[in-house]
Amino acid sequence: MTMNTTMKRRVLGDVAWYAAVIAISLVTVLPLVWTLLTSFKPAGEILSGGMDFLPRTWTFDNYVTVWQSVPFGRYFLNSTILALAGVVCNVFLGSLAGYAFAKLKFRGAKAFFAMLLASMMVPSIVTMIPTFLVLRKFPLVGGNSILGEGGSGFINSYMAVILPGAVGAFAIFMMKQFFETIPDSYAEAARLDGASEFRIFTRIYLPLAKPGMAVLAILTFQSGWNNFMWPLIVLSDPKMMTVQVGLASFMNDYETDYGPLMAGTVISMIPVLVVFLVCQRYIIEGVSHVGNK
Amino acid sequence: MTATLTKPPTEDSPSRHTTRARGTSLKLQQRYGYLFIAVPLLLFLVFAVIPVVMALVMSFTDYSVIGTTTWVGGANFAALIDDPYFWLSLKNTAIYTALFVPLGLTVALGTALIINRRIRAVKLFRTFFYIPVVCSSVAAATIWYWLLNPDFGLINIALGWIGIDGPAWLYSSRWAMVAIVIMSAWATFGTNMMIFLGGLQGISRDLLEAARIDGANVLQRFWHVTIPQLQRTMFLVTTLLIIGAFQVFDQAFVLTKGGPGNSTLTLVYYIYNEGFGRLRMGYASSMSFVLFLIIIVFSLVNARITNKAQD
Repeated sequence: MTMNTTMKRRVLGDVAWYAAVIAISLVTVLPLVWTLLTSFKPAGEILSGGMDFLPRTWTFDNYVTVWQSVPFGRYFLNSTILALAGVVCNVFLGSLAGYAFAKLKFRGAKAFFAMLLASMMVPSIVTMIPTFLVLRKFPLVGGNSILGEGGSGFINSYMAVILPGAVGAFAIFMMKQFFETIPDSYAEAARLDGASEFRIFTRIYLPLAKPGMAVLAILTFQSGWNNFMWPLIVLSDPKMMTVQVGLASFMNDYETDYGPLMAGTVISMIPVLVVFLVCQRYIIEGVSHVGNK
Repeated sequence: MTATLTKPPTEDSPSRHTTRARGTSLKLQQRYGYLFIAVPLLLFLVFAVIPVVMALVMSFTDYSVIGTTTWVGGANFAALIDDPYFWLSLKNTAIYTALFVPLGLTVALGTALIINRRIRAVKLFRTFFYIPVVCSSVAAATIWYWLLNPDFGLINIALGWIGIDGPAWLYSSRWAMVAIVIMSAWATFGTNMMIFLGGLQGISRDLLEAARIDGANVLQRFWHVTIPQLQRTMFLVTTLLIIGAFQVFDQAFVLTKGGPGNSTLTLVYYIYNEGFGRLRMGYASSMSFVLFLIIIVFSLVNARITNKAQD
């Protein structure tokens, strides 16, 4: 009898659990599926008010429209360059500084690190205006004189996004946490063998930090690709626009053309979606790891 | 691979070395420490420290890119008090924060609790739950712009099935902000869910088991074991949510342009308009410092509450 009721309770619990997770999954996944399906529907079908989930006639016209009406290829190139440059800079500089804070003893380390952490509290809008001016008045760049006058400096160039984002406090913080999980004794042993500090870093610790660097690379790529406000401010030249800025302005111009708008949305998501599906294990572990610290 | 080439770590070896060798090693470490952080620190100085100082100085001037700049003292801050758009954008931001933080917290914790099970299916559903995070704020906005269409959008169609006549959402000054809150929660809860999941998996199973044997039911175990154990994670997530919520911009910029009737004009949006639209950069800087102050105050209050709960 009791055996039977516990069994029943367990089955009931399982059923309730599956019902809950399926319902939540519908809420998270369905909007994306609907977006994808809408992008293959002809305009008439989208606004007919019908609730057909699948397109009655499949069409690629929306994708053609997007590709022909805005230079999406160019946006893609810009976003790719910026996202990859962000990855390279953050992984390299983040590892350097993270290693220094985790493994090297030097005066002021604690104060510098505390300052980095504190900077995460500063709203980005506070630094945006001055950073814009710093980039615009940068001496001897973009037609500027040595006093930073006359030209536009780094504005409307890739550097306007790359330089301020080259090493985030988050990258340093994350790499520091990772290096701390690797024992100090490796370095001590190598030092006794007369290895230089640089060699200890490049030959021993860097190879061991590859998993941490992979997670940082993936997260940086995603946030770089999805970055919106800063590229909107510093890259206004249509030739320099990123996918996100291009998509936002496309939405303004084609307000009720849901087909092409959804097609553009789908295209804009492909790179991050591919990265996510391939590397999801690293991403999910990385994110929950950060929370554990 | 390279790691295997290094000598096995030894704990007691330094004894044969003199303290002098130690001293040079420390000096070397010091030098390399500075060398390694030189470039990151320089970038941090130029793009974080100097801009904050510049912003502070600018907030006491009438800097506007063109024309002469004069020191105006506290005039910008005084002008804020009489600026109806400042108060409106502050009110809108407060509404967004008041709705978004509790919603984001509950959804993230709730889904983390559900997904914290040791069965195989978890992996698949965890991926499904997390997937909106992959969307950029712009992509999430365009998707929801279509979902929220009053006549043909999925949401109002679904509401129609259960007999509810859905509102005009983004075209209604009453519902536009609510729509943005729901959209933001959908798009971002996955990250916080994963952070909570990391915290949940750090709770010792023995503790929960002991509580169960003592006769605590599910709710009691949640309230008296899980929640206290999650205090640190809770603090991290609420801090992230608060800092993010006060800076809301992308969604409002893409979806509603601050409308209808300025009902979604947020503080950062207004600062953006003043600073980069009207080039009133001094005034915009002073507003950004007020925002900074608000965020600090709320983060401290949050830290206070979390600490109290911990005692």
